Amino acid sequence: MAEFRMPSLGADMEAGTLVEWLVKPGDQVKRGDIIAVVETQKGAIEIENFEPGTVEKILVEVGTKVPVGTPLAMIRAEGEPATSIAAPVQSPTPAGAPPRPLEPKAPAPAPTPAPAPEAEAEERLRISPAARRLAEQHGIDVSTLSGNGADGAILLGDVERMIAEPKIEGARGRGFDLAAMRQAIAAAMARSKREIPHYYLAQPIEMTACQDWLASVNAKLPPDQRLLLGALLVKAVARAARTFPAFNGFYRDGAFKPAPSVHVGMAIAIRGGGLIAPAIHDADGLSLDALMTEMRELVGRVRSGRIRSSEMADPTITVSSLGERGVEQLYGIIYPPQVAIVGFGKVAPSPWIADGKVVARPVINATLAADHRVTDGHAGALFLSEIETLLQEPETL
Amino acid sequence: MMLQQKAESQAIETTYREAIREAIRDALKRDERVFLMGEDVGRYGGCYAVTKGLLAEFGPERIRDTPLSESGFTGAGIGAAIGGLRPIVEVMTVNFSLLALDQILNTAATIRHMSGNQFGVPLVIRMATGAGRQLAAQHSHSLEGWYAHIPGIKVLAPATVEDARGMLWTALEDPDPVLIFEHVMLYNMTGTLASDAGPVDIGKAAIRREGKDISLITYGGSLWKTIDAATALAAEGIEAEVVDLRTLRPLDDATIMASVHKTHRAVIVDEGWRTGSLAAEISARIVEQAFFDLDAAIGRVCSEEVPIPYPRHLEEAAIPQVPKIIAAAKTALAGG
Amino acid sequence: MAATDKPRLSRAHVLELLKHMIRIRHFEDKCAELYTQEKIRGFLHLYDGEEAVAVGVIPVLKACDRVVATYREHGHALVRGVPMKAALAEMYGKQEGCSHGRGGSMHLFDRATNFYGGNAIVGGGLPLAIGLALADRMRGSDSITACFFGEGAVAEGEFHESANLAALWSLPVLFVCENNRYAMGTALALSESETDIQHKAACYHLASEAVDGMDVVAVEAAARRAVAAIRETGKPYFLECRTYRFRPHSMFDAQLYRDKTEIESWRAKGPIRRFRAWLEQNNLLHPEDLARIEAEVAAEIDEAVAFAEAAKWEPIEQLTRYVYAEQTARDQPANDVATKS
Repeated sequence: MAEFRMPSLGADMEAGTLVEWLVKPGDQVKRGDIIAVVETQKGAIEIENFEPGTVEKILVEVGTKVPVGTPLAMIRAEGEPATSIAAPVQSPTPAGAPPRPLEPKAPAPAPTPAPAPEAEAEERLRISPAARRLAEQHGIDVSTLSGNGADGAILLGDVERMIAEPKIEGARGRGFDLAAMRQAIAAAMARSKREIPHYYLAQPIEMTACQDWLASVNAKLPPDQRLLLGALLVKAVARAARTFPAFNGFYRDGAFKPAPSVHVGMAIAIRGGGLIAPAIHDADGLSLDALMTEMRELVGRVRSGRIRSSEMADPTITVSSLGERGVEQLYGIIYPPQVAIVGFGKVAPSPWIADGKVVARPVINATLAADHRVTDGHAGALFLSEIETLLQEPETL
Repeated sequence: MMLQQKAESQAIETTYREAIREAIRDALKRDERVFLMGEDVGRYGGCYAVTKGLLAEFGPERIRDTPLSESGFTGAGIGAAIGGLRPIVEVMTVNFSLLALDQILNTAATIRHMSGNQFGVPLVIRMATGAGRQLAAQHSHSLEGWYAHIPGIKVLAPATVEDARGMLWTALEDPDPVLIFEHVMLYNMTGTLASDAGPVDIGKAAIRREGKDISLITYGGSLWKTIDAATALAAEGIEAEVVDLRTLRPLDDATIMASVHKTHRAVIVDEGWRTGSLAAEISARIVEQAFFDLDAAIGRVCSEEVPIPYPRHLEEAAIPQVPKIIAAAKTALAGG
Repeated sequence: MAATDKPRLSRAHVLELLKHMIRIRHFEDKCAELYTQEKIRGFLHLYDGEEAVAVGVIPVLKACDRVVATYREHGHALVRGVPMKAALAEMYGKQEGCSHGRGGSMHLFDRATNFYGGNAIVGGGLPLAIGLALADRMRGSDSITACFFGEGAVAEGEFHESANLAALWSLPVLFVCENNRYAMGTALALSESETDIQHKAACYHLASEAVDGMDVVAVEAAARRAVAAIRETGKPYFLECRTYRFRPHSMFDAQLYRDKTEIESWRAKGPIRRFRAWLEQNNLLHPEDLARIEAEVAAEIDEAVAFAEAAKWEPIEQLTRYVYAEQTARDQPANDVATKS
C-alpha cells in the first residue's frame, strides 16, 4: 500500500490546501496522472501521482490545509490485497537527512592573562584593554588607578607610570604622593567594606614563652640585629597560613584561588598619614633572622619612599600590629583581593587563669578579620588557634 | 621614457604608468598565452596611456580592442581563461566594472566552487580607481572594498612603482581570478626601480615606515597621503608606523596585528565610503585578534557619505586628506 | 572527421535518438517525483518537451567541443555523457555528484565531457561561451563551443554583446536558442518587440536559421549544417529551435500565465510521441525495441537513485574548500568514476 503525500513543490512551500480531488476510491491511477489540485501561495497547482494502482482511501478532505509530506490518500498496488488502513503516519524525516550544521564553536575565550578585578559597582571603569592587561600582569588593582585619557580613561601610560620605579629620593626626599595614596586607600577600603563580608574573631594569646625566648636570644645579639616581637608574629601567621591555605590567596571574579606562596603584607604607617602594607615574600620559609632583616629593610625603604608597586600588590595575607600605639585589639579591614587580615594589639600584663588561679601574664590580643565567602568562623578559629600554638614555642618558628 | 637599460641592478627612474606597461610587455613576452583586451587599449593607447605602443609591438590579436561591452568581454575573459589562455582584461575604470559585476561575481568568483573544483579561472582584471581629478559622481568611485567582500577572487592595490611592476606577473600565475586596482592619481607618480625588477609577492602587507606610537593602515592612492601624515606627526615627536596593505583580499592579518601589538593604536585610511568600508572590516579584525593590545578605539579616515562632487574644494573635502589623518592619529593617542 | 550534412537514419541511429529522448524524459520524471519527496531541493527546472533540441544537437559535436547550458540542463548533461548517477547525486547534494554536491540541479558541470554548466543567470553563459571560443580560436584549436539558452536570454544585454563579439571576432560558436515561448511566466510577445529571434541574430551578421524544435531529425539536420559551416568558415552560427515546455517553469509554478489547452495541444505533437509514431509507421521501431529501451532506462534510473541515496554528504569541516585553488594535490572526487559515454 503506498501513501500519496502532499508534495513539496518548492523550497519555500511548507503546506498546501487540498482544493479538489480528481479521483475517488476505486479509480485506477498510473504514474503521471494528475489526481488532485492543491492551493499554494502561488496559486492552484495540479499534483501528480507516481505510484500505479487503485485508489484505496482518501485521507484528507477538500478544504484542509496540511503540511508537506502529509499522507493524502492510500494507493493500493496491483495484486496487493486490501489491508486494514494504517493510521496516518507522521511525515517522516527523509532518510539520511543532511548532517546538522555543527554547533558554532564557542568563540575562543579572549586571551586574558588573569581575570580582571571586579569593576566598581556604580560605574564602568574606563580603562583601555592594553592598560587593563598590563595592570593585571603587575597585580595592580585597577580600581585604584586614575587615568589621564579622555573622560578620565586609564591608559597604558597611566599604568606604566604606576609601575615604573619612582625617582630615588633626590632633593625632595618625599617618596610618596600621600594624597594619591590616601585616595587609593580610600578606594580600596571602601571597596573592601562594600564587597567583602567580613567576620571577626579574637583570641588572647599568652606571650610568656615569646618574651622569655626573645630575651635570651637578644642577650647575645648587638642591638641592630636583635629580634623584635613583630618577627615572631609575622612568622607565626605565615606558618599558620601555610597550614590553612583558605586564608592565603585572592578572591577574584567570584572565586577564591589559594596562592602558592605566602607573602605576608606588613602594614606600616607612614609619617604624614600614609599607610602601606608591602609584602615580605615567602615569609613562612624565612629564618627569623632573615625575616627580621627583611622587615627592617622594608621599613627603611618605606620611610624613604622606595617601595616598588609590585611589593604593594602581591601580599597574600596581611598582618597589622598597633601594639606600640597602645590599643588592645585591632579589627582590620581586608585589603582586596586578599581574604584575611590578622591584627595584634599591645602586649600587656593581664589576668590569666593558670592552675585554677588568677595570675598576671603578658597577653596579646590577636584578631582575625576574614572573608566569609571563603571561610567561616570554625576555620577562622582553627587558624587563630594555630597561631596561638605556634607562639607558645617560639624556638620552633 | 627610459625603461630597461642594460646596466645590471642599476636603479632607474620611472613612473607608475610605465612600470605597469613594462609589466604587461614582460608578461606578453614571457608567455604566449597572455593577451590583453579592453576598451581603447590598442589604437587609442589606453585611457590612461598605460598600453601605448603595445599594439604596434604585439599586434591586434594580443592587444585586442573591444566594443563597449563590459559584461561581454569580461565574460569572454573568463571563458578564455578556462579555455587555457591567460587573459588580462582591462576594464577602463572600476566605475564601469559594475556592468561586468555579474560576470565577476556569478561566474569568475563562483565557478570553481559551483563545479566542485573542476574549473578554475586564471584571469587578471585591471581597473583604474579612485577620485582626485574632478571627474564627478560617476567616475570617481573606490569600490575595492566591495570586491574584497567576495570569496573566490583576489584583490590587489599596488601603491608603489615596485608593486606596479611586480604584481602583474604573480597575478597572472595565480590559478584564480585576480583584480588589480590602479589609483588614477598614481599613474604619473615617479619612483625608482631596479632595472631588473621582477615579480613581487601578493598576499603580504608591507611596512613602509616603522614607528612605535600608532599604526596607520592603508592602501593604494591613500598610501602617500598617509606617509605625509606620518612625516608631519614625526615633527611633533609621534612615530607612526605606516602599513601598506598591498593585498585587500586576502588581508595580511599577521602584519596588521604585529603592528598593532607594537603600537597599541590604529587608524585605517581608506578612500571607500565609510559605511561598510574595508576599513570597517579591518577594524573588526583588529578587535577580534588584538583587543587587549589596544589603548584606544580604532580610528577610520574614509570618504564622506556623499557621491564624489565635482568642484575641487568639495572633492578634496570628500576624500581622505593628510590633516584628517593627522587628527585621527592624535585622537587615538589621546585615548580615543 | 567532417560532420555529414544529412543525418543518416539507420535503424541503430534512430533508436539511439529515441532512447536519448526517452531517457531524458523518464529521468526528469523521476526528478519531479524525488523533488516532491524533498530529496531534491531548491529549484528544479525540467526539460519535458524540449528533448529533441539537446538530442538533435549534442551528438553532432565532438568530444573536444565545448557545451555551455543553462539551469534547465539535465537533458544536455545526460546526452553529452555526464553519468546519470553523478547528475542525480549532484541534485541530492551528495559529494559524489558531478559538481561535488556543491552546485545542485542548476549547476551540473563536468570537465571530462567539456560540459561548462549549469549557469543560472539568464544570459550569463553567453559571454563564457564567447571566451571559450576565443581561446580555441587564438590557440588554433578545432573545437567549437555550443551555447544553449532560452529565448528569454535574448532580452539581456549580454546576448547582444555576445552576438556582436562572436560575429565581430569570427568565433566558432554555435548559438542554440531554445525558444519555448515563455520566459518563466512571460510570453515572448509580451517582452520582445521583434519576436523572430533568428532574424534578430541575422541582424548581427550571424548565419542563422529557425527549425522545428519538436522534430529531432530536423534539429539534427540543422545542427549538422551549422556545425559543418562553423568548422569550415570559422564563423559563428545561430540556430533558433522552436519548441515547447510541457511542465511548469520550475516545480513551484501555478502556470497562471498559460492555458491548459495550449499545453495539451503541444503535448499532442511532442517530440517523443511524434518520433515514435514516425518510426512505427516506417517499421523502424518494433514493440520489443521500445520495451528494451524502457527497461534499460528504468534500470539505469533505479541504479542512479540507489547510488544517490547511498552517496555521502560532504563533511561540514570541508565547507570552505573549492573557493580557491588548493596547493595540495587535488582529492579524487567521485566524479572521476565517470566513464565517457
